[in-house]
Amino acid sequence: MVEQERIQKQRVTRPTESAPEVPVDTSKGEQLKADLDDLLDEIDEVLEENAEEFVRNYVQKGGE
Amino acid sequence: MAIAKVIGIETEFGIAGGPEQDPIVASSVIVNAYAQRGMTHINWDFEGETPGVDARGIAGLTAFAPIVETQLANTVLANGARLYVDHAHPEYSSPECRTPLEAVRFDAAGEEVLRRAQDFANDTLDPAQAITIYKNNSDGKGNSYGCHENYLVARSVEFADLVRALVPHFVSRQIVVGAGKVGVEIDQSRSARPAFQVSQRAEFFEEVVGLETTLKRPIVNTRDETHGDAERFRRLHVIIGDANLSQYATAVKLGATALLLAALEDQGLRAFPAAPRDPVRAVRAFAADPTLRVAVECVDDRTRTAWDFQDELWALAQRYTTETGASAVAEPDEVHFILDQWREMLDGVRDDPDAVADRVDWVAKKRIVDGYRERYGLNHDDARLRAIDLQYHDLRPGRSLAARVGLRRIVGDDAIEAAILEPPASTRAFFRGQCVKRFPGAIAAANWDSVVFDLGDGPLQRVPMPDPLRGTAALTAHLFETNSTAIDLLSALGG
Repeated sequence: MVEQERIQKQRVTRPTESAPEVPVDTSKGEQLKADLDDLLDEIDEVLEENAEEFVRNYVQKGGE
Repeated sequence: MAIAKVIGIETEFGIAGGPEQDPIVASSVIVNAYAQRGMTHINWDFEGETPGVDARGIAGLTAFAPIVETQLANTVLANGARLYVDHAHPEYSSPECRTPLEAVRFDAAGEEVLRRAQDFANDTLDPAQAITIYKNNSDGKGNSYGCHENYLVARSVEFADLVRALVPHFVSRQIVVGAGKVGVEIDQSRSARPAFQVSQRAEFFEEVVGLETTLKRPIVNTRDETHGDAERFRRLHVIIGDANLSQYATAVKLGATALLLAALEDQGLRAFPAAPRDPVRAVRAFAADPTLRVAVECVDDRTRTAWDFQDELWALAQRYTTETGASAVAEPDEVHFILDQWREMLDGVRDDPDAVADRVDWVAKKRIVDGYRERYGLNHDDARLRAIDLQYHDLRPGRSLAARVGLRRIVGDDAIEAAILEPPASTRAFFRGQCVKRFPGAIAAANWDSVVFDLGDGPLQRVPMPDPLRGTAALTAHLFETNSTAIDLLSALGG
């Protein structure tokens, strides 16, 4: 089978991803700290109930 | 001129729960659940052998009874990715992407694919058997699984030069793109046991160069399986990365490495920093030191910290970009975005970690671990801190801590949705994905470098794709527009 694409002249393809703007924000550090405090306030509702058992039971086989 | 840095990223996900609490069964349930919901039914093609054709066909989202399949599943998705069971893990291998940010988008799509597969599977399972998936690299007990990167490199580059150029980067990049870990798994007898390491994976590396990926893991992996024209290309298979939840970390991990590879191809080894005398010791020592103060002796008799290595490598990449434009990696805007973020994240981890906690995974994780420990006065080895570590990587929205730490995103929900349904336009993954999407009933199987058609009345027909940069939308989109059946497509291709 002839591969059509191989006999075509290769055009230059340009990547289309655009890089997002990153705003500079000096108050960011303080905001992050406040956000962390908020997260720590609610973290017990998110964490598995029995941490000891949860961590002990998480056993994986090696991969790759 | 460096060749285009085509990039792919493969992630083996951690998995818990499932029928019989067996990870192989659970992984199969996950992959089959996704396939059964009509996302794909196309098998992966192993080593060119004629595969069995799956006769189930595509069906509507609601048409399936909750059947739990446990055969080892291996599928090709409409976005050109591979979703399968690798050992005892579900693995998503992204389609080939032309730029680092494109690869970030398809990595994010993979995360969402696994999240949906988890939901589909759990819809059919008894709640006691619910499956949970984690995007991490270790179980905290000495078992590690990988997040591998692949880069297209010119075959003309000597492998020894790749090793020489990459070892300084691979031992040190973890301080910017490491995913962080509570505690130590290997060599627990070491005198100073760090409470926190910057990398999930670093301590599992035992050799500098080698073929292994599961035992005696090497910093530079020599697997030479091109999945393409091996006379022109090499697929550099990188096994020393952490799976990132931060999209910025994934972008810098892929972008920095691609820039250094392009610089090596165009300008040679000259500007690369000297390697550590003992790279294995270096990668572990750097991982175990979140203060970033540890320095190691190098073969040029200087000592360098991980930060010093990254600083020199960044300057090299910056210079290369100024001199050449680095178009092998991406367009100028994207390359500058990568360089700017790499620089900011590098300076941040040393000078102001809080300022980069929204981009650097290990910093984000460490802030929660430290904050929680201090708030409740816990010991460093408290199970709750390990639970925090694990749940940072939890894919369940209700349990994920990464989703709660304020990580900035590069890719929005719409772009992720599109990347689940459509292949990238920029590589041969376009051809593969379009075939899977448009002609599912006529495809027997597919793999990285070919698509095999079964038209029902003759031998299987293989369309080879030895060049990752052919089969793009620019080269083949018109074929899909003008040929509405697989038969027409194949005759247009000359078959």
